[in-house]
Amino acid sequence: MVSANSADRYLPHTVQQPVKILIVGAFGVGKTTLVGSVSEIRPLRTEETMTEAGAGVDSLAGLPEKRTTTVAMDFGRITLNERLVLYLFGAPGQRRFWNLWEGLAEGAVGVLVLVDTRRLEDSFEVLDQLELRGDTPFIVAVNRFPDTQHYSEQELRQAMDLLPETPIVECDARDRTEAMDALIALVQHATELSRARKVAS
Amino acid sequence: MSDPQEYRDSPLRPYVLTGGRSRPTRNTLRVDTLLLANPDKPLPVSASRQERALLTMCTRLLSLAEAAAHLELPVSIVTILASDLVDSGHLQARSGIPAASSPDPSLLEEVLHGLRKLR
Repeated sequence: MVSANSADRYLPHTVQQPVKILIVGAFGVGKTTLVGSVSEIRPLRTEETMTEAGAGVDSLAGLPEKRTTTVAMDFGRITLNERLVLYLFGAPGQRRFWNLWEGLAEGAVGVLVLVDTRRLEDSFEVLDQLELRGDTPFIVAVNRFPDTQHYSEQELRQAMDLLPETPIVECDARDRTEAMDALIALVQHATELSRARKVAS
Repeated sequence: MSDPQEYRDSPLRPYVLTGGRSRPTRNTLRVDTLLLANPDKPLPVSASRQERALLTMCTRLLSLAEAAAHLELPVSIVTILASDLVDSGHLQARSGIPAASSPDPSLLEEVLHGLRKLR
């Protein structure tokens, strides 16, 4: 419902151009934390409905195995200058939600894949899918949890079987500067790819 | 932290609010499209409660996703409502990057510059 602080919820009228970055990762990996660290507004939650083929469980005889899933997405905002605003959308990485975030990734600056070294395997499917797509710039950001063991970049690259050109950064999603640095690394990568493509075409 | 309600399944579809439609009249509206109400064009009496709420929400500049979150409506529903209101001239849309293309290098540099300045 309409909250009390509606004065600062709006954008300056001069803003003309929205851009977006997607933060994809497994449940509990810190997507919302990262969004909250850098967002100028308190992260907002929106819901998206998607219809999908059922997974074969609880099917009723004779009914097509279709159901509607409501997915929550937390997002935030950074006004970059008087004409440009950046939105950050956190989306779940599981295979069943690919349609959702692939739609979101269209026209996006890029995708930040947030991973937890204690559950690296949760990110394999997402990384495979992004490598297959090929057209969306992405980097891997390892969220450093207080109790996680430290691994070298090489160990992490090997464990995730990353392509040599995929950048990997480490950050504490709770720390604003570190979270900003992860976003900067992604945009830097996207800019380089975009320049290279322009030269190639 | 994420809360355990990251997703839920339901057999119901909230299309009642959109006159039974599941797709918007235009596919240029995205989650990050900025919306602004046209102050010179009041809604007809036949407008729905949700259309009114959306237009009131957009008296100043806001993205589609933000409008949806504040109104507590799914993005897909707000996309359909906003699409109708853009068609009828009640709502102005400032769009992001078209789906089929990606941001060009100069725009990306502007994003990069903006982030570095705010770091």
